[in-house]
Amino acid sequence: MLGIKGKDLTLLGVVAVLALCAPFILNPFPQDSAMAQFNAGYPDLMQRFVIFGIFAVGFNILFGLTGYLSFGHAAFLGVGSYSAVWMFKLLSMNVIPAIILSVIVAGLFALLIGFISLRRSGIYFSILTLAFAQMSFNLAYSVLTPITNGETGLQLSLDDPRVLGTSVSDTGGIPVTNLFGLEMRETTTMYFGDWAFQFSNGYYFCAVLLLVSFYISIRIFRSPFGLMLRAVKSNQTRLNYTGLNTRPYTLAAFVISGMYAGLAGGLLASMDPLAGAERMQWTASGEVVLMTILGGAGTLIGPVLGAGFIKYFENIFSKINDNVLHQWFGGLPEGLENGLVWVAEHFVGSGWHLTLGLLFMLVVTFLPGGLVEGGTRIGRLIRGKTRRADEKSAQSKPAE
Amino acid sequence: MSKLLTRRGLLKSGAVGGAGLALPTIFTASSASAFTNEPTGGTVTLGFNVPQSGPYADEGADELRAYELAVEHLNGEGDGGMLNTFSSKALGGNGIMGKKVAYVTGDTQTKSDAARASAKSMIEKDGAIMITGGSSSGVAVAVQGLCQEAGVIFMAGLTHSNDTTGKDKKANGFRHFFNAYMSAAALAPVLEKLYGSDRAAYHLTADYTWGWTQQESIQAATEALGWTTVNNVLTPLAATDFSSYIAPVLNSGADVLVLNHYGGNMVNSLTNAVQFGLREKQVNGKNFEIVVPLYSELMAKGAGQNIKGIVGSQNWDWKLSDEGTAAFVKSFGTKYGFPPSQAAQTCYAQTLLYADAVERAGSFNPCAVGEALAGFEFDGLGNGKTLYRADDHQCFKDVLVVKGAEDPQDEFHLVEIVEVTPVDQVTYDPEHPMFAGGALGECNPGA
Repeated sequence: MLGIKGKDLTLLGVVAVLALCAPFILNPFPQDSAMAQFNAGYPDLMQRFVIFGIFAVGFNILFGLTGYLSFGHAAFLGVGSYSAVWMFKLLSMNVIPAIILSVIVAGLFALLIGFISLRRSGIYFSILTLAFAQMSFNLAYSVLTPITNGETGLQLSLDDPRVLGTSVSDTGGIPVTNLFGLEMRETTTMYFGDWAFQFSNGYYFCAVLLLVSFYISIRIFRSPFGLMLRAVKSNQTRLNYTGLNTRPYTLAAFVISGMYAGLAGGLLASMDPLAGAERMQWTASGEVVLMTILGGAGTLIGPVLGAGFIKYFENIFSKINDNVLHQWFGGLPEGLENGLVWVAEHFVGSGWHLTLGLLFMLVVTFLPGGLVEGGTRIGRLIRGKTRRADEKSAQSKPAE
Repeated sequence: MSKLLTRRGLLKSGAVGGAGLALPTIFTASSASAFTNEPTGGTVTLGFNVPQSGPYADEGADELRAYELAVEHLNGEGDGGMLNTFSSKALGGNGIMGKKVAYVTGDTQTKSDAARASAKSMIEKDGAIMITGGSSSGVAVAVQGLCQEAGVIFMAGLTHSNDTTGKDKKANGFRHFFNAYMSAAALAPVLEKLYGSDRAAYHLTADYTWGWTQQESIQAATEALGWTTVNNVLTPLAATDFSSYIAPVLNSGADVLVLNHYGGNMVNSLTNAVQFGLREKQVNGKNFEIVVPLYSELMAKGAGQNIKGIVGSQNWDWKLSDEGTAAFVKSFGTKYGFPPSQAAQTCYAQTLLYADAVERAGSFNPCAVGEALAGFEFDGLGNGKTLYRADDHQCFKDVLVVKGAEDPQDEFHLVEIVEVTPVDQVTYDPEHPMFAGGALGECNPGA
């Protein structure tokens, strides 16, 4: 089916089910319970899960297949966001033209940067991309202020021209982003006893695009083109000696993954029409590297898991404050309570980076294949040693 | 993968079980409320969105302290603070409209993106009915736009750009803090008195909305005195070393340096300027002077010795003698052991003002609250008589002109008050060119 079969089809099916049922899966705790703190099933975060999932899937096409580590991928995300917001300002609030433009612009930008950076490989390539991204970031802050609005960020205003649409909505506000009239921010809440599940149009739009991106990524992984990229990863010198020019292949991979980043940037702007230069900062580029490695570089589903993992920490752990901690440990004796809170508060709230760093360290040390390897190991444990034959195929999977 | 599958399986069976039990109540009460996040239980949730990391983290920490104090006082705990001196007596220390005040906090990281994500999660997940905070105008403008779209009230914290209540003003957004125009209007007469009316100024300006409007305001006000403006150089917000920007000042013929910088930027640029010996210099037969239009105690602490004698403006200072200030400083000092900063005062006041407006409106509906706040006159919150102007949702009150103390007795007395500029002198027309180009639009209750 769809030109893919076997495990890949199952994987796509699993991702589809996970994406479509996310509002349920991510909201396991009743609204009023103490555990509601850990619910992640609200539209903004779910959108971020899938958007950064797309970003990481695209990054993985470059890093996972060719082994070229780009440290400047956030630049394409930023460029995509700016293009989309400009489309909203000038053309219409429909998300389709905005997303198309952001993919195209990010692709062209990637072509330019890739053309220059791919003359080198290894650490020099990483440094070049990092330099380009940092340059874009600084340009957005200074010289390009008329286009990017600098530190304030590019936003919609009431006097935008918007050729195919209205500058001001009927209620006197700024019109909202939509898909042929279907408002992106509209959310239906379904009450289910003590549970509240939120279904957002924007989320499902992103989820569908994630599935499309994921499908394309599977096709690339299984294609002769993908095989060539993997050959580049394992030994580029040997390929060159056989008389093959590898650069067109790596450049194509770079542009494709840049377009994925542009798509993610365009989607971010479609969900929330604002673009800021900090999206291009090197920390943002580093984040997608973390996502991919944490989830499992070179695997199909790994980057999506990694993106979800990091965004969950950023949004859920950063919001636990000492007040919440005191509630949790409230039943303990005063001294013990204060002691525990003192220790714990360094790992939550603004200290969430610390928790993430520790987890990242543990994962990289004990599960070099990322979360996917963890999943495989657990799977093997459950199935036991009776099916030793399967082990080999399961083991080889993360290395792909 | 199997980990996920079992998890899903577990949830699925749980959901099926739940469905059987909850069948009669399914699909009920869907979007029946009249506005976003209408509080239904015994509590009402406020969202405190402050920078907990990044260049303004110190300000953010102080803002959070003030918010916690305000919540305590609203719920009738502690000594009541400025509730006792507030001219409106609608609040009774029993929460807001009888509902206990709860709060959630978030980290803006001083980034528009992160701030909006954090505010969104407060609105979508925690059901916050009001968002407040912010220590940067860029962030404040971004979050204000979000609150307008989502249909909740935004009570701005520390934001000084003209744009927040100028071209980017929103019907759902309200600002208690003063702005760049007011700083300039208050500073100009003092500058004339101290340095005369024949000066040449050189501006270094942080390159974002606040810096731009700050520089524009100061330039206009000083040129009205007869000063000339030699040059205006924009500096990136991320800059930490300003030597290369200071060196050209020496030979520019300017005799005043205006630093439109805030926080760490200002600490660094002032230090660089002093290191270059600008303050000992004589230009055009006059002493070279440095002016820092927006000041704070936290910045004075960072700049140390260099701040002595430097003139600037403030929204509020804990050394004021009115009874509101006294009450606030007392309860803040009792709880935390040191006096509050101006960021803390504005955030505390904003929380009380919001709660009071809800109480007077008799509803949490943002439109009703907005109506109660617009044109509201009050006193007793530390700034003297204050008006929340209906045209742009900006507070009008006295502005302080301050100076770095020559001989501070301790680290809490680094700044001394030179003059309290009366409100009439800093009031402007809502259609003033520096504020034109925006519109409040309609209030949005969401839902």
